[in-house]
Amino acid sequence: MIETLLKKTPLHPVEHQLGGKMVDFGGWELPVQYSSILDEHEAVRTHAGLFDVSHMGEVTVKGPQALPLLQRTTCNDVSKLEDGRAQYNGLLYPTAGFVDDILIYRMSGDDYFVVVNAANTDKDYEWLLECAKGMDVEVRNVSADYAQLALQGPEAERILQPLTDLDLSSMKYYRFAGGIVDGAASIVSRTGYTGEDGFEIYCEPEDGPRVFRTLVDRGVKPCGLGARDTLRLEAKMALYGNDIDHSTTPLEADLGWIVKLEKGDFMGREVLEREKAEGPRRKLIGFEMVDRGIGRHGYPVIDCGEEIGVVTSGTHSPTLKKAIGLAYLPLERSAPGSTFTILIRGKETRARVVPTPFYKRAKS
Amino acid sequence: MTPEDSRYAKSHEYIHVEGNVGTIGITDYAQKELGDVVFVELPQVGTQLELGDELGSIESVKAVSELFSPVSGEVVEVNESLADKPELVNTDPYGDGWMIKIKLTAPDEVDELMNAEDYEDYIQTEAGK
Repeated sequence: MIETLLKKTPLHPVEHQLGGKMVDFGGWELPVQYSSILDEHEAVRTHAGLFDVSHMGEVTVKGPQALPLLQRTTCNDVSKLEDGRAQYNGLLYPTAGFVDDILIYRMSGDDYFVVVNAANTDKDYEWLLECAKGMDVEVRNVSADYAQLALQGPEAERILQPLTDLDLSSMKYYRFAGGIVDGAASIVSRTGYTGEDGFEIYCEPEDGPRVFRTLVDRGVKPCGLGARDTLRLEAKMALYGNDIDHSTTPLEADLGWIVKLEKGDFMGREVLEREKAEGPRRKLIGFEMVDRGIGRHGYPVIDCGEEIGVVTSGTHSPTLKKAIGLAYLPLERSAPGSTFTILIRGKETRARVVPTPFYKRAKS
Repeated sequence: MTPEDSRYAKSHEYIHVEGNVGTIGITDYAQKELGDVVFVELPQVGTQLELGDELGSIESVKAVSELFSPVSGEVVEVNESLADKPELVNTDPYGDGWMIKIKLTAPDEVDELMNAEDYEDYIQTEAGK
């Protein structure tokens, strides 16, 4: 039976009560939707939605050589972090392929909190342990110690403020602080994976269900993985396993803004230097369908019968009301406006490269 | 409730037969599994279908699925309103969300399909997997 095999988050009973339609997501039993993906998506864009992201992994990196370890294993410049700030970063192999894409929080001094993708937790932890050999640093997998809730949407601050002692109005994007949320000791960070304003709340597993309930009772719509995917894709946020993996580099993935060659040596640097000088072989682009159809993950991009690229993500965009997606194309074919052909279940279907993100929220 | 006056395929299409014409769509269970339907690709009027042929596809936000013809026959009508309102498949699968009408060439095939009661048992088993 599925139930005994799948891992459950601390919020599982609440999700069940709220009518979540549960699916197997990388070994975790999580809701793909409650009411409808379109309704949940719209709630996040116009009001507020709540996601259980407790499956995400957390790894702490502490000690005198915490910074050198993180600098050596990632491509962004971790030394730029200050206490109370978070950073999006790539954990890279020496090939410059992604071990994972991660968030690094600097708690204080040489105490870092690293948030990783659920399915990569063990792999990332073991990789960091391996790289830390002989260094004066302690790496711990603390994933089981946290429930994680993502409250996302334009109303997020207004709804969360009465429940916390933190002054949310002074918390800028990619900042965080420790505080109390609905009686629970929490880390609250102004981050998310939807392209909307919002917060991610890390608390103890036993407090998770109560905080979730409280937010739902205050009018926040519970949302599933389906809406999370359409929201992140409109905002062109990469999904590990779809858009990036061990075989793709940050420059190929159009994540040049997290590649800081000037920070000194790090794993994958040589490859990235070469790619920066010569241009990457291929590039992750955003597309809209010209013909009817939806180009989805894994569909080939063809030219004169030859496979020249691949779709990594694709969906119907609820906000734009059209089919959108991401694909790797040869660099010379990647300019906005150029058209290309996706093979959708044997049928040649045209798509057009468009500027990204597909959706950008209005600055408040 | 699963309508008593229709027959059901394992791939979750229903057919409602009147005279020698059958109306085909997907079941309520199928639309719930798919979630929000964003478009439906259907054959043209005049298309000849054999039992089990792919007759079209349904794209929902999260996935695409193929539609299979539960019987053999000729497509005599397609539901044009689904082009603008694919959500009818979600809101009214057995009514305005119908997909095609087919003129049966082997009416006996209908008897091989499940009745409402058998189909309900079948989806219970499916859901428990």
